[in-house]
Amino acid sequence: MEIHYSPEQLAFRDEVRDFLKQELPADIAAKVKLGKHLHKADHERWQKILSKRGWYAPGWPVEHGGTTWGPIEKHIFDEESAAAGAPRLVPFGVNMVAPVIIKFGSEEQKATYLPRILDGTDWWCQGYSEPGAGSDLASLKTRAVRDGDHYIVNGQKTWTTLGQHANWIFCLVRTDPEAQQQRGISFLLIDMATPGITVRPIITLDGDHEVNEVFFDDVKVPVENLVGEENKGWTCAKYLLTHERTGLAGIGASKAALTNLKRIASKQQKNGKPLLEDSLFRSQIAEVEMSLMAAEMSTLRIVAAASEGGVPGSESSILKVQGTEIRQAITHLMRKALGPYALPFLPEELDLDVDGELLVDDYAASPASQYFNMRKLSIFGGSNEIQKNIVSKMILEL
Amino acid sequence: MDFKLTEEQQMLKETAERLVRDVYDFESRNKFSESEAGFSTAFWQQLGELGLTAIPFSEELGGFGGGGVETMLIMEQLGKGICLEPYMESVILAGGLIGQLGSDAQKEELLGGIATGELQAAVALDELNSHYDLASVTTTATEQGGSWSLSGRKGVVIGGQTAGKILVSARTAGNNRDEQGISLFVVDPNAAGVTRRVYATVDGRKACELFLDNAQGELLGEAGNAFDAIRYQSGRAIAALCAEAVGAMRTACDLTLDYLKTRKQFGVPIGKFQVLQHRMVDMISELERATSMAILAACLADDEDSAERSAKLAAAKFVINRAGRYVAEQCIQLHGGIAMTWEYNGAHYAKRLVMISHQFGDDDHHLEAYAAQLGAA
Ligand SMILES: Cc1cc2nc3c(=O)[nH]c(=O)nc-3n(C[C@H](O)[C@H](O)[C@H](O)COP(=O)(O)OP(=O)(O)OC[C@H]3O[C@@H](n4cnc5c(N)ncnc54)[C@H](O)[C@@H]3O)c2cc1C
Repeated sequence: MEIHYSPEQLAFRDEVRDFLKQELPADIAAKVKLGKHLHKADHERWQKILSKRGWYAPGWPVEHGGTTWGPIEKHIFDEESAAAGAPRLVPFGVNMVAPVIIKFGSEEQKATYLPRILDGTDWWCQGYSEPGAGSDLASLKTRAVRDGDHYIVNGQKTWTTLGQHANWIFCLVRTDPEAQQQRGISFLLIDMATPGITVRPIITLDGDHEVNEVFFDDVKVPVENLVGEENKGWTCAKYLLTHERTGLAGIGASKAALTNLKRIASKQQKNGKPLLEDSLFRSQIAEVEMSLMAAEMSTLRIVAAASEGGVPGSESSILKVQGTEIRQAITHLMRKALGPYALPFLPEELDLDVDGELLVDDYAASPASQYFNMRKLSIFGGSNEIQKNIVSKMILEL
Repeated sequence: MDFKLTEEQQMLKETAERLVRDVYDFESRNKFSESEAGFSTAFWQQLGELGLTAIPFSEELGGFGGGGVETMLIMEQLGKGICLEPYMESVILAGGLIGQLGSDAQKEELLGGIATGELQAAVALDELNSHYDLASVTTTATEQGGSWSLSGRKGVVIGGQTAGKILVSARTAGNNRDEQGISLFVVDPNAAGVTRRVYATVDGRKACELFLDNAQGELLGEAGNAFDAIRYQSGRAIAALCAEAVGAMRTACDLTLDYLKTRKQFGVPIGKFQVLQHRMVDMISELERATSMAILAACLADDEDSAERSAKLAAAKFVINRAGRYVAEQCIQLHGGIAMTWEYNGAHYAKRLVMISHQFGDDDHHLEAYAAQLGAA
């Protein structure tokens, strides 16, 4: 057993660190570290920088613009990026639809869409969930009816993250209403500029606009936008979900949040001392830090196994549950650290460049908002209950 | 022993219940929250007209001589509606402090108005680094020729945005965190040297920061000796918050139970999944625990000050902070995505429940307070 990185991996890590130190814009990093709002332009700016270096899509095959990195290098890159305060990549294009197109798409689709993802021309969003189809995704109702060389799409998607910025949406649609649930579903790529599409914002409980409803009213989609075979979209859907879930543990993001928590606790006072010196609070930070340590070791075990060709199984579900609980525990402590100052709701201070004086300090506007926003982690990407069902059914055979 | 309500108490409960039900549908609440006052001034007036703002005051002050149980009955209903009015802040806390410390003239001048609802008062005890320690007071007050002038900053003054008077704790002697040397002052928020920065709170209410720069204050009680009253009255505030939390928890549980019965996934109501059934049972079990502790707190709230009263109030707030968080988080989780939305009322119950733990001490604060007085076996 050897839990340390090899000299080559350490050299790679240094390379990544150097790159981040030189190329990650300080204003963007500051926003990420303080939990402030990122704008579309911030994401795009960072993405361009990564793209220029050839590091925007490390998981893709080299011929499409990817890298030769193995799972360990990818992990190192994610870790270092999170630690440096790089924005989490909006995954819908690069890490969700692209792998599906690469695996199931036609040559023409690959040639059309992949370069546009790489150079930032397209911003994708995910059209899976519907009001009646959440955990039970296969009960989705959005209909696509073949009409010559087009599909006519009618229905509604919901919870579409950052759909307000997107110009493309990948959707699961029902193409055969007679077939059993999973069988009659297809995977369609839809240009958001097509007539008949309406995007309506959903404001989340913290007052933010992050998710949307998307309505389809007789939307004409060319048949060549079908990925894979008609009625076999579930295969694509499942393939995509395995990609989605591996990143959901968010170890890097939790580590960064923990650093922020310690910073807050060193600035806030209790009994005339920094809160970080308070034994009760300190032991709660210690507890979550140790859970994070365990989750990180588990991640490394999965990553190491994957680099030898292993396929993550129940571990990724378990890790999703653990990772999200850890992140939620950190935001709970961040909110608690503020004492009565968790009460003020200061959305205007979530922008880094606010005019006027801050109420408390640059860290104080976001903890309670983040705490409530992060409740989503145990709901989306397959709720934590669903993850446990997967583990108990598929692995424990209960 | 008797846990039943008297006839009067039952009537009081029903009055409050009806009023909240009639006025506080969720849509109206959002409108009140977004209004400049941050609550319904009409509802506040109704509370006054129905005598609810006079409940805790003695009869000679125009009140009904109600105690902790009566307060609990009202606060629980306000919690069920996640009502925004500063009832606890004005009636229980400011009213209690003036009643305990004020001169006859001050009582007459201020309590009458508070009892009818014509005067809405607020209380400013927290500071930037006080972290629930009510003796952590750095705001100063100095006397010159019989008048006091205050300087410093008080934080998160709930109801301070509309208050006619604000009671401010300030140091007249001693060092930060000494219990001795703390005094209370009645401050007119429109007086010279007073500035307010008003903001919304996470749970949809409004509050302000109070900046005092040689602002005039009228001393309440004896100089340097206000801490005992502050501690005692904060105990009554805690009991009131516990009752409010129970009301909010009850509605959050009702909403969740209803959702489990109606939301269908995989062809069945999600309440058919055992893991959710047990979670719902745990929520109800937390509600039971919280209800018991709120009753304990209510029954002790007006007792003589003692170590035992303080410890039990700390225990009540500890249990309720924890229970409130559990219910809030499960309410969100069991509703799935819908609970993440501003439009869904359950989310606002969850926010209020969690924010209650940021008023008058979180679970750590009360755990330490309780542990500190544990006797040896
Ligand atoms: C902020 C946010 C962003 C999102 N972004 C996107 C996006 O970009 N694109 C997209 O397509 N979707 C997105 N989603 C949707 C997300 O994937 C769904 O919310 C999720 O699948 C849960 O579905 P639901 O909300 O309908 O809850 P439901 O499925 O109704 O679940 C309600 C509760 O029941 C539980 N439950 C359900 N079934 C079972 C079972 N069999 N056993 C035990 N418990 C069960 C759940 O765990 C949950 O606690 C997002 C959601 C949120 C909150």
